[in-house]
Amino acid sequence: MSEFFQHLVNGLSLGTIYALIALGYTMVYGVLKLINFAHADVFMIGAYTGLFSARAIGGEGEGSYARAGAVLVISMLVSAGLGMLIERLAYRPLRARPRLTALITAIGVSFFLENGAQLLWSPDPRRFPRLFESHTFFLGNTAISSMQIIAFLVAVAMMAGLQYLVFRTRFGLAMRAVSFEPSTAALMGVPVDRTISITFAVGSALAAGAAILFGLQYPRVEPFMGLMLGLKAFVAAVLGGIGNVPGSMVGGLVLGLAEEFVAGYGLSSYRDAVAFAILIAILILRPEGIFGRSVAEKV
Amino acid sequence: MQIVRAWAPVAITLAILAVVNVLLPSLNEDYRVHVLLDVGINVMLAVSLNLVNGVTGQFSIGHAGFMALGGYTAAFLSIRLAAYQLHGVPDAVSQGLFLVLALVVGGMVAALAGLIVGLPSLRLRGDYLAIVTLGFGEIIRVLIENTEAVGGARGLSNIPPWAGFFAVYAGVFVTLLCSRRLLASTHGRALLAIREDEVAAEAMGVNTVGYKVRAFVVSAFFAGIAGGLYAHYQTNLAPKSFTFIRSIEIVVMVVLGGMGSISGSVLAAVVLTLAPELLRALDQYRMASYGLMLVLLMLARPSGIFGTREIWELWPLRKKSKPDVDRELARPAGSP
Repeated sequence: MSEFFQHLVNGLSLGTIYALIALGYTMVYGVLKLINFAHADVFMIGAYTGLFSARAIGGEGEGSYARAGAVLVISMLVSAGLGMLIERLAYRPLRARPRLTALITAIGVSFFLENGAQLLWSPDPRRFPRLFESHTFFLGNTAISSMQIIAFLVAVAMMAGLQYLVFRTRFGLAMRAVSFEPSTAALMGVPVDRTISITFAVGSALAAGAAILFGLQYPRVEPFMGLMLGLKAFVAAVLGGIGNVPGSMVGGLVLGLAEEFVAGYGLSSYRDAVAFAILIAILILRPEGIFGRSVAEKV
Repeated sequence: MQIVRAWAPVAITLAILAVVNVLLPSLNEDYRVHVLLDVGINVMLAVSLNLVNGVTGQFSIGHAGFMALGGYTAAFLSIRLAAYQLHGVPDAVSQGLFLVLALVVGGMVAALAGLIVGLPSLRLRGDYLAIVTLGFGEIIRVLIENTEAVGGARGLSNIPPWAGFFAVYAGVFVTLLCSRRLLASTHGRALLAIREDEVAAEAMGVNTVGYKVRAFVVSAFFAGIAGGLYAHYQTNLAPKSFTFIRSIEIVVMVVLGGMGSISGSVLAAVVLTLAPELLRALDQYRMASYGLMLVLLMLARPSGIFGTREIWELWPLRKKSKPDVDRELARPAGSP
């Protein structure tokens, strides 16, 4: 039974990271109907930014919460800028083109970022610094680290912030309007370009947040780290109903738990296949996701 | 006479291939021959993927998975077949027959996977389908990595070296011939109709579901054959050579050459395979530039360099005009 709880804790902590990345996919999909393949690589750049800024701020080992907070903010800002840049240079000029064009572009951007990072920073994995001291608590036989608790709380705070942003602010209203019908939103005075740009910024910042939380728990940074994580987060977004913010959070948690339990109960080598099996099952059985509504294809 | 006329080009091509095969130095001594075979494999992969991505307009990014399935199945089979020999025929003939058998079985297994991947395309379009093909490709790789019978993550070695220049280029020839004939047939026209406007095609009585699945099956079959040939001149296979990155390389060839142009795919496959070999210094930047190339192409010329035309339909060689499908391809989404 203690083993079960241990997997539950690990699954939740992995799941929140998936959920944070999934939110970026879902937001961009909501406004542009585009799977932003490059989102996973914004996550990767966020992790590298965290690594370098932590080194710049202070030496290895002397961790503090202030330093962790500074690293988190720097990484989120850099990634937000990158996300806006990608949107401006690669996606905006193609907005009127067929969706296939945008999809190929997104794959291209992703491939460019991954391999560019490999050229710049070599393919060798690097160790993510310990930003603060972590203690391990025991609840019965279940180990929980303060790192996991803090990561979980930060992630929940970010999601709550996003929920507020989308449903309680003018920007959120604009975003939902663009998502619903961009041309009508434009007629009603919504600055469509700016809204989409900010959507990318927010999604990318969340990805960077996820990257720092991920780096704290799995301290290994490499150019292709985003690939698999990003795909799984995308599955989480589809699972919850893509375009649906709370759905993506639930999808992330479900996926994290599913993966930990499959890995924990003797099938660890199939870990990477779990997400795709779930994806195929959900697409065949309920393509609109758990919380999504089915939308008729426009002709 | 009809039969002679239909089969003469086939016989002539095979004869030429056989002659070149004799003149070429043997495989394991010459690096250039190895590159030549790589070119052939990539041509097969690009042309077969073009049937789905370019001709039918259903974006698939898991081609390496089909290649892996075909390659592993064929290799697994021929390792066992290598212990036998047909009586009363020369070694070369017996090996050739075994190779063909292994390749066809490998192709069939890949085609079966293509059928399974094609089925979700009944319900999914565009981006979702792309992700599902990617997922299938990755699942295939994970399954191979976990199958001890084919060496697991270590890979499969001691595959009999049965495929040389002749086998690979006969494969290229058959792939080209089949896609060319397919495009000129009713089936090919239906596939093109689906790419241009799926709803209109459906309304005109095209069985879009059936044709999309068929395109996947045929494409996967040839990818499987290509994988089998690859296995038989590499003589070893590793799951890590069939990742997402391999699939993207093939996608780049199709997109660069032109979405729907067979000769474009061939040319792009040849150029993109040879360029890094000729310019060693470039190799480092190859992958990053693939990404940039996709982005720039989509910005400047979304239907690829040759668009939907074949190379001989371009300006200096063109005899009669053809409606400009490129412009049609680039029309905004949602417009009628």
